[in-house]
Amino acid sequence: MPTVKLTVNGAAVSAEIEGRTLLVDFLRAHLDLIGTHVGCETGQCGACVVHVDGLAMKACTILAVESEGAHVTTIEGMAAADGTLHPIQESFRDQHGLQCGFCTPGMIMSAAALLEENPKPSETEIRHHLEGNICRCTGYQNIVKAILAASGQDPLGPVTDLEGT
Amino acid sequence: MYDFEFLRATTLDEAVAALADDDAQLLAGGQTLIPTMKARLAAPSTLISLSGIPKLSGVHQKDKVLTIGAATTHATVARDAAADFPALAALASQIGDPAVRNRGTIGGSLANNDPSGCYPAAALGSDATIITTTRELSAGEFFDGLFATVLEDDEIIVAVRFPIPDAAEYAKMPQPASRFAMAGAFVARFGASVRVAITGAGEDGVFRWTEAEKALESDFSQEALKGMTVEAGGMIGDIHAAPDYRAHLVAVMTQRAVAAIS
Repeated sequence: MPTVKLTVNGAAVSAEIEGRTLLVDFLRAHLDLIGTHVGCETGQCGACVVHVDGLAMKACTILAVESEGAHVTTIEGMAAADGTLHPIQESFRDQHGLQCGFCTPGMIMSAAALLEENPKPSETEIRHHLEGNICRCTGYQNIVKAILAASGQDPLGPVTDLEGT
Repeated sequence: MYDFEFLRATTLDEAVAALADDDAQLLAGGQTLIPTMKARLAAPSTLISLSGIPKLSGVHQKDKVLTIGAATTHATVARDAAADFPALAALASQIGDPAVRNRGTIGGSLANNDPSGCYPAAALGSDATIITTTRELSAGEFFDGLFATVLEDDEIIVAVRFPIPDAAEYAKMPQPASRFAMAGAFVARFGASVRVAITGAGEDGVFRWTEAEKALESDFSQEALKGMTVEAGGMIGDIHAAPDYRAHLVAVMTQRAVAAIS
């Protein structure tokens, strides 16, 4: 079986795995990092989004062996070591940006990638960016508010830029 | 998915040699292939990863030609082609969603030739050249019907060369769930010559709408396309859109692309 070596949330890990092992299964079953969720398993719902070398990707559509040498960050890597939540996590709590919570890890990882490249996104930009993250509670309104608040913007501001969403 | 032997090639020669096995399959970004394998619609005995081969990725402009390495992701094309070929960058930025764009590649997309894929329209619409391990093919020669290309079993796309048009635009009506094109029109003007490539609509995959090209060559305006439409006969009909609606969308998307240019 192939061996894979990578860094997950700052820790070096190495394992012998079958070639067909998906990155999300490696994280959940081998490393017990069950915060990353498996939703649709077809690359559409985004519950499995993690960061691979700083880029948001769908861990259900990547083979673990393809992450050789990569730095992977999961939802477990977002809070500080002392348990202090990441500002985006804090904002999701403040704005009630989750209902059942199943999509939340992927939403937060996608949101973090967005704010990394665009620190003050408009509501339209946020909604476009979340096209690959599906919330079946349909809690999008508060998810968008949470991301607006996390980026230091007024989550209750007037909605003026919804064209094209 | 069924298990397979995994091989990470470190050179193109190694990948070509491994393709001698009839059941071997290349893996690029995997954004189509991995879901296909999970659904057991594909079950290769060996998966040959191209991710370990250096220099397959990157966007370079020289003398009004943009060369894009086969393993370049959609996100990279969206960013790095923006200054030289904005229509191509905009097309790349509309594929799938951000996470898919960070992984999916132009070479994988062209080799798959999904009838609703976006890149085939850009390649055919700008008369791109597909450079493989053995030869150079014009986009017109390369695409060969639904999910089919003229690539040999042991041939690998290395790069794609896009002549940069004087003006170009891509207009797409996305299927709202998948973001694939229900109809997409790539319109490019090179001097007096115009090319119109349509994706998402034709039963045989991407095609050139030559009547629209002729009309636009004599008068490059939205008005020149008034009343023109493609035959509904050759259009895809599925749960998302009937053939006559797709034919209508082809005309509307082409008009939108032209309007955005002129």
